[in-house]
Amino acid sequence: MITVSSLLDDHWYKRYKEISRLNIRSSIYDVTDHCNLRCKGCFFFSSGEHKAASEEKDVSLWHAFVEKEMARGVNLAILIGGEPTLCLDRIEAFYKRLPTFCATNGLIKVPRDRFPDMMVGISLWGDAADEKILRGKDTFQISSANYEGDAHAYYLYTITPKQLGKIEKIIEKITDVGLKVHMQLLSNDEGVDGFSWKPEELVDVRAEMDSMLDRYPRTVISSKYYHKIITTGEMLGRRFGWMECPSVTAPLDKRTPRPKRLTNFIRWASDLHTMHRCCTSETRDCSTCKDGAAHMSWVMVNKRSHIKTAEDLQNWIEVYEMFAKLYQFIPW
Amino acid sequence: MNKTTTRVAEIIINELKLEDVTPQTFDADLDLVDEVGIDSMDLATIALVLRDEYGIRIDEDDYPKLTTVRIIAEYIDNKLTSGE
Ligand code: SF4
Ligand code: SF4
Repeated sequence: MITVSSLLDDHWYKRYKEISRLNIRSSIYDVTDHCNLRCKGCFFFSSGEHKAASEEKDVSLWHAFVEKEMARGVNLAILIGGEPTLCLDRIEAFYKRLPTFCATNGLIKVPRDRFPDMMVGISLWGDAADEKILRGKDTFQISSANYEGDAHAYYLYTITPKQLGKIEKIIEKITDVGLKVHMQLLSNDEGVDGFSWKPEELVDVRAEMDSMLDRYPRTVISSKYYHKIITTGEMLGRRFGWMECPSVTAPLDKRTPRPKRLTNFIRWASDLHTMHRCCTSETRDCSTCKDGAAHMSWVMVNKRSHIKTAEDLQNWIEVYEMFAKLYQFIPW
Repeated sequence: MNKTTTRVAEIIINELKLEDVTPQTFDADLDLVDEVGIDSMDLATIALVLRDEYGIRIDEDDYPKLTTVRIIAEYIDNKLTSGE
């Protein structure tokens, strides 16, 4: 039988042991149906999820809800939208009790006196030109002023096909404002012209992401294995898709055979009753889904499949570490 | 190895489809997380099989301490003796 220590030297084994017992159990929460932007390609609005349920306005019910979530074993709350920062009281219901991550477009600054160490992921969809096409404005100008040098914030940079050859400029901008960045790929749910990936572009973007990680190791929170998986949709000879996805809401998961999946994961709508199918849009085609978190989790839940060679296991460790850093379970 | 230890090793080998090991050669003191690489979902699966086989409930809060085959076997034997 292959054991972990038989594959790893002391350095890697120590890294493995630092994450092997973290047992992260996340769920995702829509905090509100509203947003102060309307980005083209936003899955929340394009798939009609903002109308799937009407948001709960009574804050006391959010507090009670979070208590129930904790009893269910959740130890990481991932808050998404609409735009969560429009409803700080609801965010607080999570933050007071649980490690909490808040996704935001960065237009509103999370008050740090109220949420001193809450991890904030600021969305960025490319350079100023792309942002204007897709989001109606250059959000970086505002978000970077709001969060410059913030130790608990990073950019979630969604790379579009139009960014090929231009990624470095963005990474430099982010470095200059003293923030970190994690890269993911646009899924283009609304089919905006010129923003869907062609196979050769995916090959190129992988090489560019790798090169950014090599050149900006202090700014870029990523791993080359993650780049490979997200651009090829393949892991250990398996293809990503519905039958492999780990991020399906547990009570709605009727797949057989049931794949390795996130324990007790649910994506809740903001009425606190409705469950969405998965971590992203129900209308998205799983065979072309580029969701970064789902791909990352796909690797993480398949640990034992990676206990075959030293390289496989080291790849797994790097992806797990990346996730743990992005959600503050281990330091940057 | 006592009977429970061998059976627990056998269940783990079958459920996790471990290769090149038998219930007899499985090191009962091998750390299941640090060395075999099992995660909480694996443990939950194993706990279900053990529940069906021995008629005992393994509390999720107890998972972190169930780190080796020997410890799991002792846990089961204790529950059986105390009639829980
Ligand atoms: S900022 Fe986020 S939630 Fe708001 S429209 Fe854009 S992608 Fe959607
Ligand atoms: S759309 Fe993506 S995240 Fe959702 S179930 Fe399909 S593969 Fe998974």
